[in-house]
Amino acid sequence: MATNSTSNVIEARDLRKVYKMGEVEVEALRGVSFDIRRGEVIAIMGPSGSGKSTLMNTLGCLDRPTSGEYSLDGESVASLNDDQLAGIRNRKVGFVFQSFNLLSRQTAITNVELPLRYSGNLEGRRERAIEALKAVGLGDRMTHRPYELSGGQQQRVAMARAIVNNPAIIMADEPTGNLDSKVGKEIMTLLLNLNKEFGTTLIIVTHDPTVAEQTQRVIRLRDGLLDGAS
Amino acid sequence: MSIGRAFLEALESLSGNKLRSGLTVLGIVIGVAAVIAMLAVGRGAEASITGSISGIGTNLLFVFRGNQDDSVRNPKPLTMSDAEALGDQFSAPSIEAVAPALQGDATVAFGGEQTAPQLFGVTPDYFQVRNVTLAEGELITEEHMLGRASVVLLGPEVAETLFGHPDGVTGETVRIEGQPFRVIGVLESKGGGAFGSEDNQVLVPFTTAQARLIRRSSSDRVDIIFVQAVSGDVVTQATEEISSILRTRHRTEVGADDFTVFSQQDLLTTFQSITGILTVFLGGIAGISLLVGGIGIMNIMLVSVTERTREIGLRKALGARRRDILIQFLTESSLLSLIGGVIGILFGWLISFGVGQIAAASGTAFTPVVGMDAVALATLFSAAVGLFFGIYPANRAASLEPVEALRYE
Repeated sequence: MATNSTSNVIEARDLRKVYKMGEVEVEALRGVSFDIRRGEVIAIMGPSGSGKSTLMNTLGCLDRPTSGEYSLDGESVASLNDDQLAGIRNRKVGFVFQSFNLLSRQTAITNVELPLRYSGNLEGRRERAIEALKAVGLGDRMTHRPYELSGGQQQRVAMARAIVNNPAIIMADEPTGNLDSKVGKEIMTLLLNLNKEFGTTLIIVTHDPTVAEQTQRVIRLRDGLLDGAS
Repeated sequence: MSIGRAFLEALESLSGNKLRSGLTVLGIVIGVAAVIAMLAVGRGAEASITGSISGIGTNLLFVFRGNQDDSVRNPKPLTMSDAEALGDQFSAPSIEAVAPALQGDATVAFGGEQTAPQLFGVTPDYFQVRNVTLAEGELITEEHMLGRASVVLLGPEVAETLFGHPDGVTGETVRIEGQPFRVIGVLESKGGGAFGSEDNQVLVPFTTAQARLIRRSSSDRVDIIFVQAVSGDVVTQATEEISSILRTRHRTEVGADDFTVFSQQDLLTTFQSITGILTVFLGGIAGISLLVGGIGIMNIMLVSVTERTREIGLRKALGARRRDILIQFLTESSLLSLIGGVIGILFGWLISFGVGQIAAASGTAFTPVVGMDAVALATLFSAAVGLFFGIYPANRAASLEPVEALRYE
């Protein structure tokens, strides 16, 4: 474990990921190392096929690297099993997806409560969900279902869901990709506000240079390697 | 996550696709209803057969000539003196009464009508031993026996055939094998019995039958001896006593009896095992339809898992463990089969009730019995079917990789 683990929320050392596609082995990450400080706002950019998604999945604990060290919020992740990874995702990572990924038949508040259901700590979950929805400005839409909400509102519900468990990091994968530019701007402002208000580390995967401009640092990937880091 | 919460969520998810869930449930409903109804019909058949056997006569034993596997050559016929020996209070204390009888076929005619019922030549003890009562008229008496009287008791079916009505025929004269017999009474209807219909028979005095209707090589000979045990508890002792007396009289070797003692208990056991097999058979066939219903559940759950791959991916991304997903899908499949089970039990009960009504309307006293054990069995079995056929799809859902599942279109 690195000495400055208190200030670094993410420490990645020589991350490698190899996919086997039948006979062919594809190296998606070929030795990536970087740190992310607590409370930082980072953009990950790169053309398709650069290993961007693989890196995001690894950082979000959805997948394990083939080799290398990765520690998230002081916990070494590379050697954990599936259920332990699920626990880490639940407690330390908030996800915001391009396509929102809400449960379509459930109300906004039930959607926000979802991570709390899997955390085992059910006490006061309704209150915490209400709080999170208020934080994203949807205090008046709590019982609406996704199809009764606009795209921007749906993404806000997703953001409330991401912050409800007080995660160490929020992983946003093209959060504005499915929204028009005006709404996209609002969502970006809101994400940055959450970062300011709660001090949550924010990692945004994006194609959009105007989104990247608003972050403090950009990690660029090319062919599975860092491309002129920070 | 609480069970109640899981059920509520599963219910919500199932109600999202009502037609599909409904059709899946229908498969289980049909299976469970069939099992319940078939078991009930089997039970009812058993109860009705048991009842009609009990109606033959209480504590009744039958003694026939010959044994069941025909291993003894030239079995000695049963005789009137055998019957008298069985009636001896000292050597056979468990025996209450003995009624020897001759049995044969005879043509009975009245006017232009004729029929061929079973003919029994009986002694006055017969009525007590066989538990026979009359609808009208009088019983055969010692005087009839002594006088070899040409009198006859008609079974209700015979009376119906000859006269067109089963009553008011006492005093008429019928012809048996061409000889005139005076009708002195009509038997009470008993329904079907172990030896064909008890209603389709005629009874004449033993001596009359011996002399004029059923000619046997030896004049002393009888075809069957009906024995009444003192009580139901001593039927076994009575059997022993009969065997020992007849062995001595017939001088048979050990293990080579030339007669057979058959008790009503044996009859009951035989019929109970037959109806038992029948019930298992019917239940088994119905069970197959329950199995088919289970496969329906599995099919629908597999479709559902595929459709909801993204949802599963999302849940996993948000921290759902393998177990959480497994429980979610198992709850859905068990809920399907449980709902099907409950509706199926109601339906099965209705069907049994309907069968009972139809049987009653067609004149057969037959009541299907829906036992609590059948209900418990059906409930357990349907829940097990839901779990069993849910495991594979649920496992498939739980094993999905979150990355892959999220990417699924």
